[in-house]
Amino acid sequence: MSSGTLYDKVWDRHKVTTLPNGQDQLFVGLHLIHEVTSPQAFGMLKERGLDVARPDLTHATVDHIVPTANQDRPYADDAAETMMAELEENVRDAGIQFSDPTTGDQGIVHVIGPEQGITQPGKTIVCGDSHTSTHGAFGALAFGIGTSQIRDVLATQTIAMEKQQVRKIEVDGELGEGVEAKDIILEIIRRLGTEGGVGYVYEYAGEAIEDLGMEGRMSICNMSIEGGARAGYVNPDETTYEWLAETDYFRDRPEKFDDLKPYWDSIRSDEDAEYDDIVRIDASELDPVVTWGTTPGQGIGIDDPIPAPEALDEDKQDTARRAQEHMRVEPGETMNGYDIDVAFLGSCTNARLPDLRRAARIVKGREVHDDVRAMVVPGSQRVQKAAKAEGLKDIFEAAGFDWRNAGCSMCLGMNEDQLEGEEACASSSNRNFVGRQGSKDGRTVLMNPRMVAAAAITGEVSDVRELKEVNLA
Amino acid sequence: MTDATEDIPEVDYVSGTGVPIRGNDIDTDQIIPARFMKVVTFDGLGEFAFFDLRFDDDDNQKDHPFNEERFQDANVVVVNNNFGCGSSREHAPQALMRWGIDAIIGEGFAEIFAGNCLALGIPTVTADHETINALQQWVDDNPNEEIEVDVETETVSYGGNEIGVSVDNAQRQALVEGIWDTTALMKSNRNAIAETAASVPYVEQTRAEFETDD
Repeated sequence: MSSGTLYDKVWDRHKVTTLPNGQDQLFVGLHLIHEVTSPQAFGMLKERGLDVARPDLTHATVDHIVPTANQDRPYADDAAETMMAELEENVRDAGIQFSDPTTGDQGIVHVIGPEQGITQPGKTIVCGDSHTSTHGAFGALAFGIGTSQIRDVLATQTIAMEKQQVRKIEVDGELGEGVEAKDIILEIIRRLGTEGGVGYVYEYAGEAIEDLGMEGRMSICNMSIEGGARAGYVNPDETTYEWLAETDYFRDRPEKFDDLKPYWDSIRSDEDAEYDDIVRIDASELDPVVTWGTTPGQGIGIDDPIPAPEALDEDKQDTARRAQEHMRVEPGETMNGYDIDVAFLGSCTNARLPDLRRAARIVKGREVHDDVRAMVVPGSQRVQKAAKAEGLKDIFEAAGFDWRNAGCSMCLGMNEDQLEGEEACASSSNRNFVGRQGSKDGRTVLMNPRMVAAAAITGEVSDVRELKEVNLA
Repeated sequence: MTDATEDIPEVDYVSGTGVPIRGNDIDTDQIIPARFMKVVTFDGLGEFAFFDLRFDDDDNQKDHPFNEERFQDANVVVVNNNFGCGSSREHAPQALMRWGIDAIIGEGFAEIFAGNCLALGIPTVTADHETINALQQWVDDNPNEEIEVDVETETVSYGGNEIGVSVDNAQRQALVEGIWDTTALMKSNRNAIAETAASVPYVEQTRAEFETDD
């Protein structure tokens, strides 16, 4: 059993009691909700005659179904309009703050929490979305839950959980040119497997993690779940505190910041903390990683050969065979040069301001390939606004990218933004599952945002290091 | 409303015929594609279980166990490893449950998926690769024969065999004792919740209703 880790400390601080089945009942510091997984939970609450216990610790946004082109109400898609209207009614009845599109604060739930400063170190954060692990970048204990658990949290502000093991993933060395946080997490998942994290929480540490800004840390924690770990976190440090100090929540209340800082310091994993497992990765050895298959664990360096299924562990062979058939790739080939039809720059993994900035440096002065439709979907309205203000929108549009409003968009194809037929997509998102981007025959290649920009320009999966960056200033 | 043990059935035992779903890493997008989640209730999701694996673009049936006549009455699904990975959507186990599934036997389950199953009273029990393969083959050969999943004793019986399976301790206890729906149970700890809330440094206020709510 682990001891002295951030996970142990935050768990203990939030433990209400041990339930008769042996699970712990944990207090939830922040409950984020959105339109897809919450309506049924509100319905169950009504059936049972229960109220929302802590609307003040609950925050809503709309992201999964929101159109990114025309957002006039009612939405063109009746089903989307119904879901939005249901959420509006639920939050109004319960008195829950709602970052809806009229506020200028709307966006993907895992982008807006950190932006507004309600994502904080040492909080327990839950949301009916598996990428809630993102918030762990701030040293929060954050995990995705299902709708029945949303009902529990709405009704009690607590959740029943079993404590897990803690695996420390120490990433040392310096990232090479063109290599990013996304490549680190894709490599981690490749090495440890999509199921390797089941039963674990991941603590990301080491100099390569410490060197990352908050956005990079979020990209890594975001994809913990793709490695099977329900939660992942980074110990809070000066980088974390600098971000927090600039948020709405603390900007005008420095005294609140000072009040909480000792708590944040105290929950950092101890120097002599004990872990259930430790894994080390050398970041300096990494090339940009792209996926060749249909699970996020099927990644390789841009110039590495696609593995032969029979060369993989036995339990991976069947999945690999089906994936290679779906993707129409052959063992021995590299992904470099794989034709793409769509470039998607978006999602809770990689649609924050620095992601768009880095991609814009590749795009500037170039044109999207004739055979490619390319889109930028900022992670939030604030990201969209800031990117526009510093000229990124103009750069993307001049190159031929479609510039959209904030939402989950083509990451999961619940709105109009979907792949068609067998289209192949260079995507900065998190899942390459069959059908994920809206077409069951669609093909997704996951990669970092600069690589998406490069693919948009060349029309094929490309090594971004071979495209010269343009200084935006 | 706060009787913590109201009407939650005990799920110590599930029996019925089986259906094999083969393959590792079957994600919840496969179990229920996202387009079927544009709904505000879970009603009617059963017909969309594994939809894209069951139907082609023209809605013609493809080869899939859920399409096969012989498995239509099955209520125990036998799966391989990392079943239910990916999205946290409870729509996935809801779709399986509404299709008719009452228990899942597999090599391994994604955590959020298993938690969602528990919240619906669906056991997710595990056994090793060889055991699962043998069971899947037996189900294929014996679609009308019963499988008995004993959650309490952690055994599965079929065709005269009894195999040991693993059930997570908390899951077993919750199912066997009928405390898998945790809302009322947790709400009954309202004083302890209020104490914890007050002791967490970032929580700005302790709501009066928490102390007075019955």
